[in-house]
Amino acid sequence: MSETKAKQIIRPYGDRMDDGIVQTAFVLPVPPSEKAKEAARLFMKKMGFVDAKVATMERAAENYSFFVVYGRSSHSIDYGEIDVPEVIIKKMGRVQLNEWIGKTIGRRLVVLGACTGTDSHTVGIDAIMNMKGFDGDFGLERYPMFDARNLGAQVPNEELIAKAKAANADAILVSQIVTQRDVHLDNSRDFIQKAKDAGIYGKTILLLGGPRIDHKLALELGFEAGFGPGSKASDVANYIAHAVAEKAK
Amino acid sequence: MSAGQPLSASKGRQAADRICEKGPPRTPGARLSVESMANLFVEDSQVAQARELASRITEPVLGFISQHTTVSIERTVLRLYGLSGAGPRGVPLVNTLVDRLHAAGVLDRGAAWWLGRALRMGANSPLDAVEKLIALPLERLDPPTAEEDGAIRELMRKETRAAVDELLRRCEQRDALKKELGTAKAPLRYVIVATGNIFDDVEQAKAAAQAGADIIAVIRSTAQSLLDYVPHGATTEGYGGTYATQENFRIMREALDEESKRLGRYIHLTNYSSGLCMSEIAFAAAWERLDMLLNDAMYGILFRDINMQRTFIDQYFSRRICALTGIIINTGEDNYVTTADAFDAAYTVVASEFINEAFGKRAGLKDWQLGIGLAYELDPALPQTFLLELGQAMLVRRCFPDAPLKYMPPTKHKSGDIFWSHAYDLMADIVAKWTGQGIHLLGMMTEAMHTPLMMDRYVALKGAGYVYRAFDGIADEFVLKPDGVIAGRARKVFGEAMELLEEVEKTGLMPAIGKARFGDIARTETGGKGLEGVLGKGEHYFNPFLEILEGRSPKA
Repeated sequence: MSETKAKQIIRPYGDRMDDGIVQTAFVLPVPPSEKAKEAARLFMKKMGFVDAKVATMERAAENYSFFVVYGRSSHSIDYGEIDVPEVIIKKMGRVQLNEWIGKTIGRRLVVLGACTGTDSHTVGIDAIMNMKGFDGDFGLERYPMFDARNLGAQVPNEELIAKAKAANADAILVSQIVTQRDVHLDNSRDFIQKAKDAGIYGKTILLLGGPRIDHKLALELGFEAGFGPGSKASDVANYIAHAVAEKAK
Repeated sequence: MSAGQPLSASKGRQAADRICEKGPPRTPGARLSVESMANLFVEDSQVAQARELASRITEPVLGFISQHTTVSIERTVLRLYGLSGAGPRGVPLVNTLVDRLHAAGVLDRGAAWWLGRALRMGANSPLDAVEKLIALPLERLDPPTAEEDGAIRELMRKETRAAVDELLRRCEQRDALKKELGTAKAPLRYVIVATGNIFDDVEQAKAAAQAGADIIAVIRSTAQSLLDYVPHGATTEGYGGTYATQENFRIMREALDEESKRLGRYIHLTNYSSGLCMSEIAFAAAWERLDMLLNDAMYGILFRDINMQRTFIDQYFSRRICALTGIIINTGEDNYVTTADAFDAAYTVVASEFINEAFGKRAGLKDWQLGIGLAYELDPALPQTFLLELGQAMLVRRCFPDAPLKYMPPTKHKSGDIFWSHAYDLMADIVAKWTGQGIHLLGMMTEAMHTPLMMDRYVALKGAGYVYRAFDGIADEFVLKPDGVIAGRARKVFGEAMELLEEVEKTGLMPAIGKARFGDIARTETGGKGLEGVLGKGEHYFNPFLEILEGRSPKA
């Protein structure tokens, strides 16, 4: 694949093409002083910035200084070389998708979702599954051809898997919000292992979502697809419907 | 007090009523001059009617509460006698003993009674009594004579009085420091720390105080609310927060005392009296001189799926402790508008506030202790949201003129665009200042990303400082248009809240929760976690701590 791609060198764009301007904000654990300012500049230089300009140095606390620093990066990226898988969704509207499922698959799709492990935040799974949806995009419960069951938060992985198995689910949605100490990664790996143990891996569509999730990460963890920030219920609904139809072929 | 030492006899101090009578130096909740907006929205008689409905809604639940206790309440009573230690594998002693009493089917007499019995049987300290009780065949013990029963109660009432005196002495120290140093003008700036390590939390809390924070909340480790015990000791590992333990409370409060003295401004500390251990946390917090606690009559039921019987019983006892020890509670209505739509569900916030107030008042809390919760959560894509938010917040101020109120920032519609997010937070800061909120949780520009970094707190405090200066006196400058958007919104939300209160008064509170009338979440009376820890009080139930908390302790 890669040899067919042309080189495309890019840099951050500030005011003019290729100026490489980046804005940064950080705290150094020293009180503000000319020396601290110089430390901030040197730190930027070590990161590969030229012309580091300290826009502000403020006393964030007695022994901490807050900096906003601009710099021009000396680095560049060959955009043509990057290979990132993206979830490809053939997108239909809610009414159209329901009709399509009725015609193509001929039955309601069973989807179970939860925020699993110790994570207590339902905001993500609610946005995708609940009737109301998010940002004007209705949730899976609003789709007549989906039997969507939101189990809420702090659901153990094994419980979600057992319930999905009992319901003969077409897809399982795993939401992970809390990311401190990479707990979302540990828990996601645990989910995949338990799905393999339960014998549903490769059969049930396993999807991962959350603010720090992207498709590439989800694939690496063993999920079929990942849905990051900005994903809507309609994205997930379309993905599941087409994946089920594909599997039935 | 150490559990290994003999219980001290009452020093004759009669501190019990001191704190709750006078109240500590009045801190948050500067009463806003509401003249500029009062009565534009709703008449006094309507507000009185809402209060009356809430009182009638809580009445049957209070009847149920008075006939029950829980394992957590009984553990709290034991903690009062200094039993804060843990046994092998970190199991708290109070859990070991209460589980033993519960399994033997004798907990319905009350844990204090059993402790007294063991002491009367020759145990030389509470710790020794616990060991004796764990070893004894409790099921087969003969009931004591009436005379012996009376002696057990007399002994434990005396010990309880002494322990409560010590508890109040500690709270008086807190209030004295608060009075000596003084507190900032409302709204008090509330920020969170959540590193997972109490020692890192201390560093962050001190830095936040130096940058202008008035209240530090140590966010709990995720899922602690579902633990039916309080972890023990100083902790350095947690997910999404730091475990609430008595030792962690002590470490943070001592650090903040020191920092308060250095800065010449009292810095408050808050934590979470929620989940399965509401009253144990309330006790540990009071003992370690915390100032506030998040404490909601229904939050655990709705958002943590804790059994509703358990929560109603526990919230009462925990609030009784807060009332006695001068802790300000923060209620959690902001959560309703993150699960349900903030525009459609605004009235559920107001209805719940009246219910929380009614439960709080019946547990002895005074107006100055009611940090009634509300939030700035309307979808920013809608038109006129600033006006609508202002109307909603003014309505709450109008309904609860003497409560500090706790304003919560936007969270649901936050974005990774931190620049936009910061601007969004400033809108909430304006509403907080305008409507005289006592407690203001500052929004973090990185809300959608991670627990706050030091610079996130700094930027939020700087922004709020600017808004407070710039908008000082704004409420007195404006008289609202009676038929305008702001007043209209307030009237509409209040009207819908009244309808909900009327409906709940008819159906009953527990069935209403069953129908998802709050936060779009349905719960059943016997569902959820922790029901096995609920038990009816026996004919001979004895709880000398509750006697003092309810002000019905027989005179010795």
